[in-house]
Amino acid sequence: MEEPGNLELATKSITGRPADGPRFLGATTELEYGVKGWWTTEFYLDGQATFGDSTLFTGYRWENRFRLLPREHWINPVLYVEFENINGADKGLLEVVGHDGQEDLIVPNADARLEKQREIEAKLILSSYVKGWTVAENFISEKNIRHEPFEFGYSVGVSRPLALTARADRCNVCPENFQAGIELYGGLGTHADFGVRDTSHYIAPTVAWTLASGTSFKISPGFGLTGASAGFLLRFGVSYEIAQFGRAARSMFHR
Amino acid sequence: MKLIGLTCLLLISAWAQNVGPLEQAPAKFANKKNPMQGNESASRAGAKLYARECAACHGSEGEGGEKAPPLKRAEVFQAPPGTLFWVLENGSLNRGMPSFAHLPEPQRWQIITYLQSQKPADHATGK
Repeated sequence: MEEPGNLELATKSITGRPADGPRFLGATTELEYGVKGWWTTEFYLDGQATFGDSTLFTGYRWENRFRLLPREHWINPVLYVEFENINGADKGLLEVVGHDGQEDLIVPNADARLEKQREIEAKLILSSYVKGWTVAENFISEKNIRHEPFEFGYSVGVSRPLALTARADRCNVCPENFQAGIELYGGLGTHADFGVRDTSHYIAPTVAWTLASGTSFKISPGFGLTGASAGFLLRFGVSYEIAQFGRAARSMFHR
Repeated sequence: MKLIGLTCLLLISAWAQNVGPLEQAPAKFANKKNPMQGNESASRAGAKLYARECAACHGSEGEGGEKAPPLKRAEVFQAPPGTLFWVLENGSLNRGMPSFAHLPEPQRWQIITYLQSQKPADHATGK
């Protein structure tokens, strides 16, 4: 959850080369704002470039996250609700659901962009903090609001800072600024065809590095585990948090 | 009968919103000791973490902000460290303070060590 009044600017990119298809670069720009301690809202703009094809804007997403319990517990649930208005050419791959697979990534942009994907996505995010380890599990349910069945997916991950105690001096390359972990994510079919048959799954080590200034870098190479998965996906991103952006914005209009 | 129950629930809820986070901490946390108490290096690390995690709302010197209370005050200086630990872990959502449970435990103790190494501003002025 974002702290109230803070604005985080982030880019999330992904590149890969599906079998029988050209390399692509999917890019998402993210604005995340903490409205309340229990409510964070995010707006995304998506685009992609496919080598030898074209570069295009693919749509937007608006998500809201709600912390469900006021106190910390062994497992802490957060409800995530997102509206997506993207087209079929979107290659941001922010989540994998249903029977998403590498075949979706080889459709030429001119054809893929004709498919409208106005979808409602809901996730139940469960997280725990155990002796410095962060453990998070998501169950994803996604529904195209026009037609098509419910699609399901999952994501589980663990991560930990390289040091639990902070060093006294201001430093960029100190172990507590690095976070290492591993994620497993994939599709679980649809409500008519629930399960792992013909679905794609990935295992992805992750490394995040936060500078003293608050800028964070993240990189995560993902390896496909099934025939439907792309063989290799590389995710990378950078984020920067503007503390108390809401207060600064309000003061601009109240002079 | 249901109406009385509902009224009691609303009154308790309104009362809970007016009680500060330090008062909301369960008594058992008051006995929790800070393993880094008085450690100079932990205090300096805590100052660094405070600047990153807390200063935006509570002020760079703990003087308080638009919505967040000052931390450089006797109530915080004298609070049992375990109570402050509980507040950092749980936050106070109805007052806009998020949970800092994502910080490893030793880093939360470092912040507390720093906070309790600061002389309270209201001590000097006799408030």
